[in-house]
Amino acid sequence: MLKISNLEAAIGEKQILRGINLEVRPGEVHAIMGPNGSGKSTLASVLAGREDYEVLGGQVDFLGQDLLELAPEERAGLGLFLAFQYPVEIPGVSNTNFLKAAVNSVRKYRGQEPMDAVGFLKMMKDKMKLVNIDQSLLSRSLNEGFSGGEKKRNEIFQMAMLEPKLAILDETDSGLDIDALRIVANGVNTLKSADNAILLITHYQRLLDYIVPDFVHVLYKGRIVKSGTKELALELEEKGYDWVKQEAEALA
Amino acid sequence: MPTAETTDFKQMALARLADQAASQNDQQRAAAQVFARLDAPTRKHEEWKYLDLRQLLGQSYQLAPAQPQWAAIDPLLHQYAEDQANVLVFVNGQYAPEHSRVVSNPAQVVVCPLAEARQKYPDVVAAHLGQYAQYGDHFFAALNSAWAANGAFVWVKPNQTVAEPIIAHYVTDSSEASTLVHLRNLVVVGTSSQCTFIEHYNSTPSAFGGLTNLVAELAVGANAHLDHYKIQDEAANASHIGLTQAHQQADSRYYNTTISLSGQIVRNNLGISIDGSNCEAYMNGLMVLTGQTLVDNHTAVDHLKPHSQSNQLYKGLLDGRSTGVFNGKIYVRPDAQKTNAYQSSKNILLSDSATVDAKPQLEIWADDVKCSHGHATGALDEEPLFYLRARGIALEQARAMLMFAFADDVLARLSYAPVRDHIEKIIAERLRWQD
Ligand SMILES: Nc1ncnc2c1ncn2[C@@H]1O[C@H](COP(=O)(O)OP(=O)(O)OP(=O)(O)O)[C@@H](O)[C@H]1O
Ligand SMILES: [Mg+2]
Repeated sequence: MLKISNLEAAIGEKQILRGINLEVRPGEVHAIMGPNGSGKSTLASVLAGREDYEVLGGQVDFLGQDLLELAPEERAGLGLFLAFQYPVEIPGVSNTNFLKAAVNSVRKYRGQEPMDAVGFLKMMKDKMKLVNIDQSLLSRSLNEGFSGGEKKRNEIFQMAMLEPKLAILDETDSGLDIDALRIVANGVNTLKSADNAILLITHYQRLLDYIVPDFVHVLYKGRIVKSGTKELALELEEKGYDWVKQEAEALA
Repeated sequence: MPTAETTDFKQMALARLADQAASQNDQQRAAAQVFARLDAPTRKHEEWKYLDLRQLLGQSYQLAPAQPQWAAIDPLLHQYAEDQANVLVFVNGQYAPEHSRVVSNPAQVVVCPLAEARQKYPDVVAAHLGQYAQYGDHFFAALNSAWAANGAFVWVKPNQTVAEPIIAHYVTDSSEASTLVHLRNLVVVGTSSQCTFIEHYNSTPSAFGGLTNLVAELAVGANAHLDHYKIQDEAANASHIGLTQAHQQADSRYYNTTISLSGQIVRNNLGISIDGSNCEAYMNGLMVLTGQTLVDNHTAVDHLKPHSQSNQLYKGLLDGRSTGVFNGKIYVRPDAQKTNAYQSSKNILLSDSATVDAKPQLEIWADDVKCSHGHATGALDEEPLFYLRARGIALEQARAMLMFAFADDVLARLSYAPVRDHIEKIIAERLRWQD
């Protein structure tokens, strides 16, 4: 589904990704961990198509297409979804109108008719239950004045509405209390199927107790320096990153 | 030094005033004398430095009204539902009774052309007309004050809440030649009364441009509330120079919302004298401009008494080679302690050739006041744009959504829904965005 080969990217003069290789198949859950500033969000942004980053080299194949050639909206249309680490507040754009525009845009890419008002409202009601999001949040401006947890929940709600093939969740668990975490994780698990895949960026094992990964990768200084199964996350939780860093430095 | 062209305009105006001399009253005669001494403004005048008026003042105008082309005018009058509203229609400054309609209870409010009010309600007219709009050395306002101009007259009796808005449509029809139109509006809102007054400026498309010279005066009585919109949607070759002056008594509220959508040269002077304590004044403006339109907004709020509040919020979305100007003055007189006066102007430039000039001017003589001003001009923010695109929304639509969001706090001031919907539709079409 997703195949990243030797991906290098920079912001301004600063190179951040230094040759990422990663393959994700349908039905899989991959967790990406790693110290602050190692390039996790950068990877997510480059995949989603943020234009601030310059791709210096490498390829990304997504569902048979050259992902890096596509505009952000085309990537979303193909089925890529990024739950942002810091969802932006957009005053004056109502959450509901935004969702309607997003859902119908993505449907258009998929060759589907726009949803009528009734169908849309019904879909919204169903998906709201999934992440236990309050109706009042949806009539407000997009993310404006939302608490940190509400913003994260709204990201997963959007994911539920857009039904992506590949969801990248960038620290969606950070800042969630334990109840919210359980709700969000249950939502994600419900959306999971044999046809879609999830890339989880996280610092905490706590999330991985709920959404169990098939693979765990450690990103350090712009490279994936270690990959393993869910046991790797437990080991990192226990021992920290120092030993991985040392291994990586020794190899370099 | 006046140029040859501007002298022509002035000569033409003086000749016309001379024709009217026999019917002029004292007030008009005094204004005519002042006008005769004034030169047309040039860019050397600080207050007019963004406007090149030479072409406007160089061309010739028809003064005698043409035969109105109703086929072209009619669609402009029926762009939104107004069955629940009072409607006054003026074409080239002439009242069109057959297209006008008063629905409100006359015991609550008088709605009629000013020319009729001069006959029927001379005391009310005398008490207010010319009392607020001080023309000083304002060339166009002096000319307007000398001219026997017609326009809307609204007189709300005390203790009345007028549910039906009063909509005045002004259409310039220059289908035969460039037309010079003088308009004079007077709105008097009695103590503890409330109403909505909407000025809507349009013009028929034609090869000739027109020029409208407007003076509007609004007297807001004690504890009264006047909601006032000025909607400008004239042809790209039609120009407008207006002086709007409101006067507020104690405990009153005056909310002005000025929406400028098109035109050639548009100059809006908006002044408010806050002549009582515990008043609230809002001056909200939105410019959505394309082509070569130039909109020059000059606001001035004068705090004369303590404990009042004024808020100015002017926003611009500028595309093409358009220009937006915001010059906002705040005066706080020595007596006006505990004044809160805020001013903010925000603009988004949508093309490299669009420009904005914004200048705050604060003169504060009282010491215990809160005043602030801010000004920002830039492109659309990248972060929100990326967020929307990352959700599948195409670039054009994402931009349009953000521009709407930007305009939202001004549009939200249009509490009369048919007008708000209409303006939103125009903006949406302009931004090539369908919901
Ligand atoms: N706009 C920018 N300008 C300069 N440097 C940047 C910019 N954006 C990111 N960086 C740098 O790139 C590096 C990688 O940042 P990134 O956000 O990808 O890290 P991360 O792994 O997601 O960290 P965290 O765990 O804290 O979220 C950091 O050193 C960061 O300071
Ligand atoms: Mg990050």
